[in-house]
Amino acid sequence: MSGFNKVVDSYEEAMAGLEDGMTILAGGFGLCGIPENLINQVKKSGVKDLTIVSNNCGIDGFGLGVLLEDRQIKKMISSYVGENALFERQMLAGELEVELTPQGTLAEKMRAGGAGIPAFYTATGFGTPVGEGKEVREFSGRSYILEESVTGDFAIVKGWKADRFGNVIYRHTAQNFNPLAATAGKITVVEVEEIVEPGELDPAQIHTPGIYVDRIIKGNFEKRIEQRTVRTNK
Amino acid sequence: MALSREQIAIRVARELKDGFYVNLGIGIPTLVANYVPDDIEVMLQSENGLLGMGPFPTEDTIDADMINAGKQTVTAAIGASIFSSAESFAMIRGGHVDLTVLGAFEVDVMGNIASWMIPGKLIKGMGGAMDLVAGADNIIVTMTHASKHGDSKLLNKCSLPLTGAGCIKKVLTDLAFMDIDNGAFILRERAPGVSIEEIIDKTEGKLIIPDNVPEIEF
Repeated sequence: MSGFNKVVDSYEEAMAGLEDGMTILAGGFGLCGIPENLINQVKKSGVKDLTIVSNNCGIDGFGLGVLLEDRQIKKMISSYVGENALFERQMLAGELEVELTPQGTLAEKMRAGGAGIPAFYTATGFGTPVGEGKEVREFSGRSYILEESVTGDFAIVKGWKADRFGNVIYRHTAQNFNPLAATAGKITVVEVEEIVEPGELDPAQIHTPGIYVDRIIKGNFEKRIEQRTVRTNK
Repeated sequence: MALSREQIAIRVARELKDGFYVNLGIGIPTLVANYVPDDIEVMLQSENGLLGMGPFPTEDTIDADMINAGKQTVTAAIGASIFSSAESFAMIRGGHVDLTVLGAFEVDVMGNIASWMIPGKLIKGMGGAMDLVAGADNIIVTMTHASKHGDSKLLNKCSLPLTGAGCIKKVLTDLAFMDIDNGAFILRERAPGVSIEEIIDKTEGKLIIPDNVPEIEF
């Protein structure tokens, strides 16, 4: 790995430097657009006491859910965590700290974190348990709470295509939190379905410019579907 | 008789206007998409990052990378756009969505809404609901008027932790369509065959009853 060749060949190399107690930002919404192989590598590495920032926590046995199996997660910062029985047990037993964060606030925390903005005001959560203990300020007669941004020691991201410069595009709604997480990791690792030749991606269509990306790896993906719904008529 | 889930959706759909961008929550609100009048065009926003949600796919076109906020596989309508979660909530928080429809456990006369957390029961999270109620000006809450035990869900003060404060102006229940204004529910329409007395009986919060409260027609 050197200069503008960010491609690595193994998942060990992709996640090299991950240690106990680190914070990982993960892209994905439900099981859509999750960095499934990078998550599996985190499991394999055996690191503990992780703080994970991700909209959801996978399901039992897939996605971030696998990190619960060996109790690798200390704290989860998410907007919705209801799909997962092991999660429930660990949370109720007090083994897992959970910070529920409104989805838009979570996205903005990552965006702001990557953009060098330490905190922002939002009306979301004012007057609710989310606003408790947070600074309140009025603008034009409306109350807003101060929310701090987040950054991670690692960001793990699932893209569709990338080149060796680390330019990434996402496919359909598998984009979700991925480009936001990508901006906010000290080390940002992107796994993709395809690595293309330099120049093949249209510069105007890049979702994540390579400046944010440290490592690129090509993976094979299961892409499990959480709610398989099809048209019944016609 | 109390409105069915479908009838609630049909009544909400009458609030749609040509050119509206609409976010529909999970449950009854989702059904509204089935009753968009033929002579208007609306675009459905799904907060995971899709503006212009189409119907469910066929078995042949199903795609794991194409889901809605309920995590169901969907398609993109013609004219759709796809973007990040931050962009999606910029639209929502920035007040660009014309109508938001979502469910609730409780609503009160101050326009407060509780929809995400029952203390003592498992808390799964608020998802995008807090951003949606904080960002939208035009929100319709759909819910049942009272619990199975007959306890009113339209209150003087919400008893459950809030999703948003002072943000709800319209509520459609299985019994009535109401505005919320000036610290009271204002009864606008009632379900066919439902008496005003029954609505009074099942509304704990202050209720104002205008002279004429028409029945909703189907």
